[in-house]
Amino acid sequence: MARIELEGISHTYDPPSVPETQREYAVSNLDISWPDGSANALLGPSGCGKTTILNIISGLLQPTVGRVLVDGKDVTPLAPRERKIAQVFQFPVVYDSMNVFDNLAFPLRNQKVPEKAIGKKVRETAEILDLEDLLKARITRLNAADKQKISLGRSIIREDTAAVLLDEPLTVIDPKFKGGLRRKLREVQNRLKKTMVYVTHDQHEALTFADNVTIIKDGHLIQQGTPHELHSQPASPFIGYFIGSPGMNLLDCTLQDSALQFSDFHLPVSQEMKNKLGSAGNGLKFGIRPEVVDIATREQAGAVAFTVSVIEYTGAYRVLTCDRESSRIKARVSESIPVTEGDRIWVSFPEEKLNLFFNEKRIV
Amino acid sequence: MKNRGWLFVIPALAVLAISAFIPLMTVINYSLHYIFAGSTPTFVGFENYVEVLRDSAFLRALVRQLVFSMGILAVEVPLGICIALCLPKRGPGVAVCLVLLGIPLLIPFNVVGIIARVLTQSAVGVIPEFFALFNYSFNVAKDPVDAFMTIFLLDVWHWTPLVALLCYAGLQAIPDAYYQAARIDGASAWKTFRYVTLPKLRSVLIIGVLLRFMDSFKIYAEPLLLTGGGPGDATTFLSLHVARKAESYNLGYAGASSFIYLFIVIVFSYIFFQLMTHIGKGETK
Repeated sequence: MARIELEGISHTYDPPSVPETQREYAVSNLDISWPDGSANALLGPSGCGKTTILNIISGLLQPTVGRVLVDGKDVTPLAPRERKIAQVFQFPVVYDSMNVFDNLAFPLRNQKVPEKAIGKKVRETAEILDLEDLLKARITRLNAADKQKISLGRSIIREDTAAVLLDEPLTVIDPKFKGGLRRKLREVQNRLKKTMVYVTHDQHEALTFADNVTIIKDGHLIQQGTPHELHSQPASPFIGYFIGSPGMNLLDCTLQDSALQFSDFHLPVSQEMKNKLGSAGNGLKFGIRPEVVDIATREQAGAVAFTVSVIEYTGAYRVLTCDRESSRIKARVSESIPVTEGDRIWVSFPEEKLNLFFNEKRIV
Repeated sequence: MKNRGWLFVIPALAVLAISAFIPLMTVINYSLHYIFAGSTPTFVGFENYVEVLRDSAFLRALVRQLVFSMGILAVEVPLGICIALCLPKRGPGVAVCLVLLGIPLLIPFNVVGIIARVLTQSAVGVIPEFFALFNYSFNVAKDPVDAFMTIFLLDVWHWTPLVALLCYAGLQAIPDAYYQAARIDGASAWKTFRYVTLPKLRSVLIIGVLLRFMDSFKIYAEPLLLTGGGPGDATTFLSLHVARKAESYNLGYAGASSFIYLFIVIVFSYIFFQLMTHIGKGETK
């Protein structure tokens, strides 16, 4: 168990022969710190450099620039086994020719741990992962979820494991077993308090697993925070849209006099809000979560008229797509509000829930 | 017939009947008769089989054949795996290596036999000349060991590339994550080979072993061309022995020995297949 830090990490897959100015960096200038025993997620769209970062941490890849620190010690030049960082891969990696017991024992046997201690440790690990009944089972008989558990088991069985990296561990798991395995991962983290970094492009997985989520886009760190912080205070419109289902509503606007001026409506704002916006008048981006948009079926003061064009049912709530001449808003509303497609509704935006972005950065 | 799909199978079945079923039945029919070409066949039951199994020439050929085929497997399979592991995984070297490995496979059996004959001819061939440097008189026509080893090495040269190519294809199909996991688990190079590479090569190795066993069991052209099965009967393998009997018009004996021959190939292939599909599958020891 340990604190993991990345210091000024940049990596390019271009060979050194490519001149400095023309290199394409998969990740650049990353400074990330994960505290000891924390549950972390690395979230970003496909191809954003997540797996590169993971391989740099585990030591399968040497970063072009920067250092990897484990408990303050520079491990950049060390091989994967010397770093004591374990990894769970996207599809379950198990040793087909061994049974479950031998699979779990494999990392310990490689360390020449006495066979008696191995037996004890394997049973302990199997108990944590609910694999006790399968210890003697043939690997080929197991489903992908159990195989992934074994893969996780191999990574936590060594006492000296500094951190466990999980590379989209649920991607190939049957939906039937996904939920159970996700809870198991979380439970194992809670119980063992090992530093874990969960890499995924699925916000739901990231937000349910981690206490601390790092968002990466195009190889750059965009924001690091708790799931709640990311949801309520996204650092950029991208995060606002990326996190949440459906994503944040984003509209362009400008501040004129005491109102936000949109292409086809305007919204008066308080003096306080005006002060916060300060000099940033033009080129604002207005953001509001679909969950906090207020919907009324008759005209109200300060509300803006929209027409409901699409209603999506998701079970517990409905997502309304509401249009005006050139603006579109999505709203998440409960079943109890009586609307049908084509209805006219009045939408209001609670000021305390507004997000305003300027130059891709959050200012309010 | 309700399922008209059968109609489409008829041509294939017809070809199979003419090429395999009818000849096989003919052989079985021969094997149950006392029959010399030109004379009237007499039904003798299993007498031919008894004669074959008591014939020391047949038994010697069988033992020789088994020693040869097992030796071939013991050499060609590990060697093929080693070659496959040494081949480059990408880059321009791949094409060069594959072509070089492919060349022996393109040469027909009889040509291989003739090449061997030229190379080993006493007073003319390169090989006897080479051994002469070490004061060893290499002579395939006189020394049984020389003849046997020549056939053996010839087969290794001719067919190891097949095993290597199969393994190479198998290796390419192993995802990198397995090797990364083994590195993270701290596995040594040997353990990585033993627990990652070898199990993942299982299916291609099954094919490789079966092909090499069946093919080497049928070896015919090379010993025939090199020494005609000699010196003595040192390179008279099973197929050569059976063919000799058929050539001498002893069709009953030839039929019975052919059938025993076929039976042995099937039994051994089955044993290999069962062994290889079941060993090391992670069952409780």
